[in-house]
Amino acid sequence: MSNSIVIRLPSKKRLNAQVPLSSNSFLITPGSVITEDADYMRGHGTYTNDDEEDHKLYASVAGVVERINKLVCVRALKTRYNGEVGDIVVGRIKEVQQKRWKVETNSRLDSVLHLSSVNLPGGELRRRSAADELTMREYLKEGDLISAEVQQVHTDGMLSLHTRSLKYGKLGQGCCVTVSPSLIKRRKNHVHNLSCGVTIILANNGYIWINSTAVDGTKTTGDGGFVVDTEPVQMDDREAICRVRNCILCLSRSSVMLYDTSVLYAYEASLQYQVKELLLDEIATEIVDQTLSLLERESSGNG
Amino acid sequence: MAKAILGDSEKWFIVHGVQDDFRTDGRSCENYRHIELETGILSNTHGSARIRLGSSELLVGVKVELGTPKPQRINEGWLEFHVDCSPNAHPVFQGRGGKELSDNICSMLTRVYRNNTVMDLEALGVIPQKHCWVVHVDVLILECGGNLIDAASIAVKAALYNTGIPNISLTDGDEGEVEINLPDDPEDVKHLKTINCPVLVTLSKIGNRHIVDATDEEECCCSASLVMGVTRRGHTVGVRKMGGGSLDPESVTEMIDSGKKIGRQLHISLDKLLKIEAGMSEDIKQTGYL
Repeated sequence: MSNSIVIRLPSKKRLNAQVPLSSNSFLITPGSVITEDADYMRGHGTYTNDDEEDHKLYASVAGVVERINKLVCVRALKTRYNGEVGDIVVGRIKEVQQKRWKVETNSRLDSVLHLSSVNLPGGELRRRSAADELTMREYLKEGDLISAEVQQVHTDGMLSLHTRSLKYGKLGQGCCVTVSPSLIKRRKNHVHNLSCGVTIILANNGYIWINSTAVDGTKTTGDGGFVVDTEPVQMDDREAICRVRNCILCLSRSSVMLYDTSVLYAYEASLQYQVKELLLDEIATEIVDQTLSLLERESSGNG
Repeated sequence: MAKAILGDSEKWFIVHGVQDDFRTDGRSCENYRHIELETGILSNTHGSARIRLGSSELLVGVKVELGTPKPQRINEGWLEFHVDCSPNAHPVFQGRGGKELSDNICSMLTRVYRNNTVMDLEALGVIPQKHCWVVHVDVLILECGGNLIDAASIAVKAALYNTGIPNISLTDGDEGEVEINLPDDPEDVKHLKTINCPVLVTLSKIGNRHIVDATDEEECCCSASLVMGVTRRGHTVGVRKMGGGSLDPESVTEMIDSGKKIGRQLHISLDKLLKIEAGMSEDIKQTGYL
């Protein structure tokens, strides 16, 4: 009976050996000594004692030690998003303020999007007038999702965003999945049109936006994505979107790095199941295993 | 109450999905998420359970103590419910932020359990007018992922099933007083009869259809919902409408019918699991809540 409700004992949490560790990196916990050598420079995620005799370098977060020449950093495994200029982010409008929007981007501080750094509907390039300021809420209001690029990182880590390209702007119908930012693999391109008719934005801040490619095609008509499209999404598009969503959740639960290939492999592995079956632990594990073996085969084929 | 914030287009996506009977996670309207349940995880309670429903997680502990019967029901004990929202689950629960949610869950549980057919309250009586057992049920919300009311009621039923009340013996003392003696063996307990305990089923109206087991995103799109207590046999022991929207009478009967169906299925699965767990040997290591 497919409709019966599954209640069962908790599954033992699977220890996954898939944390991507290369041979020259190792995991470290907060407070442990990274090096006793005084020559190294203190980078992110590390601290030293004020004590004159103590030259040890300690880790302040749990993560992987990275060394660039004399600079030692610890990259945290689970973290809030630390922005870098040029990153693609997906964020949610939290507040409309004077000449700017406050955007929630999974970083420590809320990011800002200035009125002067958005493309107004119609793609006009002009000075922003007082009238524009009054109609800000018509463009973007609280709760709206946007895709944007990091324009500037302030000294306190706050981000300034901009959407001055047709690639960015308000997001339409689709769904958003939140994963840890450290699971997003840094690539040249973070917007992918998958062959299954789905566009995914694997934003650097761990928010993943999934919508159908067809909807995206109509977006470039010049309204800048500011018009809310209330037409229902086609059933097969919807199924693909939901399938990709569940696949991404499966992968993120097992801490598999997310990029176009891994998502696509998981999608292909999942095709033999119904979308709702992907919520089950056994099936999720199987899909992750298949994805990993496919990725491994690919990397050994290249090397 | 903690609510996810969604933009208009995301809401449209969810609403249209419900219309097409294909929700964002692939479930149809009357599909429940998978439930993970474990009982007897807290050694310093008389009974406990932990439930995980999607990303909602709750911990229930039951403590019994001797109290004085209420004057209008001299030979009965009673159940008392407390719900606590941990600020770890959602920052808005800090301070008194979770009060509205916990009061809602608490009043609904109290309502469906205040019924002699649901639980044999006379079995909780010890000495009429003098002593009775008071069963304190504490629900702690550890993580919010929608549908907390249903999850709480399932966990409460499991925890009550797990609850053992000490077998006390009465001896005559001085001056007509009765002495109560607790057994030395902590294992010497009698279990509560939970066969008729209800579970709560929440039916959320989205668009012109209703769904069960809404996630927090779906709860955000829902204007009105119906919470009903359903017993194992499919009897309804209390219905309440939540939310500001309105429901038309026709859809209410439809919702009650599907609520009964879902409630019965929940009971079947839950009873099966509790039997399996009771039959398991003691040495199987429990996962616990950490």
